[in-house]
Amino acid sequence: MAAPLTENSSADKIPVTVLTGYLGAGKTTLLNRILSEPHGKRYAVIVNEFGEIGIDNELVVGADEEVFEMNNGCICCTVRGDLIRIIEGLMKRKGKFDAIIVETTGLADPAPVAQTFFVDEDVQKVARLDAVVTVADAKWLSARLRDAPEAKNQIAFADVIILNKTDLVSPAELREVEARIRAINPYARLHRAQKCNVEIAEVLERRAFDLERILDIEPEFLTVDEHDHEHDHDHAHHHHEHHGLKHFHDEDMQSISARYEGDLDPNKFMPWINQLTQALGPSILRCKGIVALKGDPKRFVFQGVHMMLDGEPQREWKPDEKRESKVVFIGRDLDEELIRKGFFNCAA
Amino acid sequence: MGEDQVSLTQHVVPIEAGAHVVHAAFLDGQPVLALGDGVVWVNERRVVAHPEGAILSAANDGKWLVTGGDDGRLVATGSGGPSEPLADEKGNWIDAVATREGAVAWSVAKQIRARDSGGHVKSWTAPTSGRGLAFLPKGYRVAVAHYNGVSLWFPNAAAEPTLLEWKGSHLDVTVSPDGRFLVTSMQENSLHGWRLSDARNMRMTGYPGKTRSVSWSHDGNWLATSGADACVVWPFKDKDGPMGKAPRECGVRPQRITQVAFHPRALVVAVGYADGLVLLCRLGDGAEILVRNSTPEAGAISALAWDSKGSRLMFGTDAGAAGLLTLPA
Repeated sequence: MAAPLTENSSADKIPVTVLTGYLGAGKTTLLNRILSEPHGKRYAVIVNEFGEIGIDNELVVGADEEVFEMNNGCICCTVRGDLIRIIEGLMKRKGKFDAIIVETTGLADPAPVAQTFFVDEDVQKVARLDAVVTVADAKWLSARLRDAPEAKNQIAFADVIILNKTDLVSPAELREVEARIRAINPYARLHRAQKCNVEIAEVLERRAFDLERILDIEPEFLTVDEHDHEHDHDHAHHHHEHHGLKHFHDEDMQSISARYEGDLDPNKFMPWINQLTQALGPSILRCKGIVALKGDPKRFVFQGVHMMLDGEPQREWKPDEKRESKVVFIGRDLDEELIRKGFFNCAA
Repeated sequence: MGEDQVSLTQHVVPIEAGAHVVHAAFLDGQPVLALGDGVVWVNERRVVAHPEGAILSAANDGKWLVTGGDDGRLVATGSGGPSEPLADEKGNWIDAVATREGAVAWSVAKQIRARDSGGHVKSWTAPTSGRGLAFLPKGYRVAVAHYNGVSLWFPNAAAEPTLLEWKGSHLDVTVSPDGRFLVTSMQENSLHGWRLSDARNMRMTGYPGKTRSVSWSHDGNWLATSGADACVVWPFKDKDGPMGKAPRECGVRPQRITQVAFHPRALVVAVGYADGLVLLCRLGDGAEILVRNSTPEAGAISALAWDSKGSRLMFGTDAGAAGLLTLPA
């Protein structure tokens, strides 16, 4: 079947930013900050609590966070039914706003929101998931990571983490909470902030789920704080602050990465990644990879949320670029040896 | 489609709707469109039913068009006079509307309300947000589609609604004209049906996309559905409905069907596609007549309606184009 001509290209799709964070971390502060800046953009904001937003003239929609299971035999496949309905309604006002921000409740799991964009064809046609942004409280996050699985999920899931209220902790405490975040999710952009004072460009238009933008997968050792505006995207300056960090190991949430300096066999890799995400889907929160497939001049890039996988050939490997394969999994109680062994078995 | 396809395109008068066409109707014979910019277009006249708002949902009973907006207002518009507010939900979205003989039902997330022709309003709280609403053909009873089933609610009775349970998210709901069958469209690209006499389940699957438009034939024996690259028409004449039977298909094209509307007197179904094309298909032999050519830049067909005699067909698109076909005598 020919693709419908009316289908929008990715550039025309409305970007959707998901704002998560545990109770009291400062989500609403960040939201008000975004909305009050002179950005010239019009946002449709989907919130759970009316009345906390102090900005007029914005399209604010109340939501109920209705998480629905899909009847597709996939136990972890849940979507936000209210979000599908609201995006359908917003599209009747197409052209009246530039982007959508979804604020989740403090106890929400970001997965159903993200999965909505993988599962629902009507949502996919008009909107694209831009990034999951998590606001964390520098003073209380360490405690929450111990007693609140929701807080840990939100950190593990994030593309961008705003470590807020850094003025309320000592430098040693700050280093500790950052190390705890990194033990769970070393890949998110981490920004130190007070009253959520981050550049708006660090929160919106991140294109974190855009396969075209997944250029490299490297841990971000360096914390980008509010005074750092270099923001280079080649991650050239990692390892700088690394020696100052204490290493933490989170008991149940880890990131596992594996790198193979060479090509993988597509006839081994594709079944492996599919079976792995089917089998371990409930435990895998996020995965990403850039893979060199034997005989393919293009980089194969994939990403996933639980059992949902999205992958496509990206740009060609450059002549001076070393063909290699990297995968990253963030999840709960992942069997590192099993995953690494399976991955290396895919070598061509 | 052969080159010798019969065409009625020269009998279509284009209408500049200017915004997403949410619903098309004929009120007292006048063509009417409900638009995404809050306007109700009544035969060249623009009635601002929802100032600053968008129309999210609409239904009509041939006399009144009732529109629900993202401004929280429920508004009735007739063919003659100005709009008349029926309810104000204080800015909360009105997601669904149904009408029958002067009665109106609407939903605001979990709040389901029904207003009888005398203006008395009753409320019920659904277990999850109400999606589709439909009046049953007999009695004052509303079917409410929601997550994990459909509730049949008597607004004037104190009793809890009867729940027809089926796992999953139910979207739109329709009841056969004889009241024997109830059918929902589902998030999982399928339809689910119940025979109301014994709540027996029936599943209608195989759609590549969601079905968001359905239409009963005038004799009540057929249900035409959108969501595939053909108009899928299920047989409902027998006591078991479509159980164990294959559906008919008509209007097969490499394009997703977005809207369907059965002719009010003949077994002919109007079919609208994602590329803006409109066809009339005769159920008996599959014969096709072209109403509107493919115009992808003008949007997908988002509304279709016949007048009560079946001599005029109105269509609209999600990009604000519309047209009125008058069948040659």
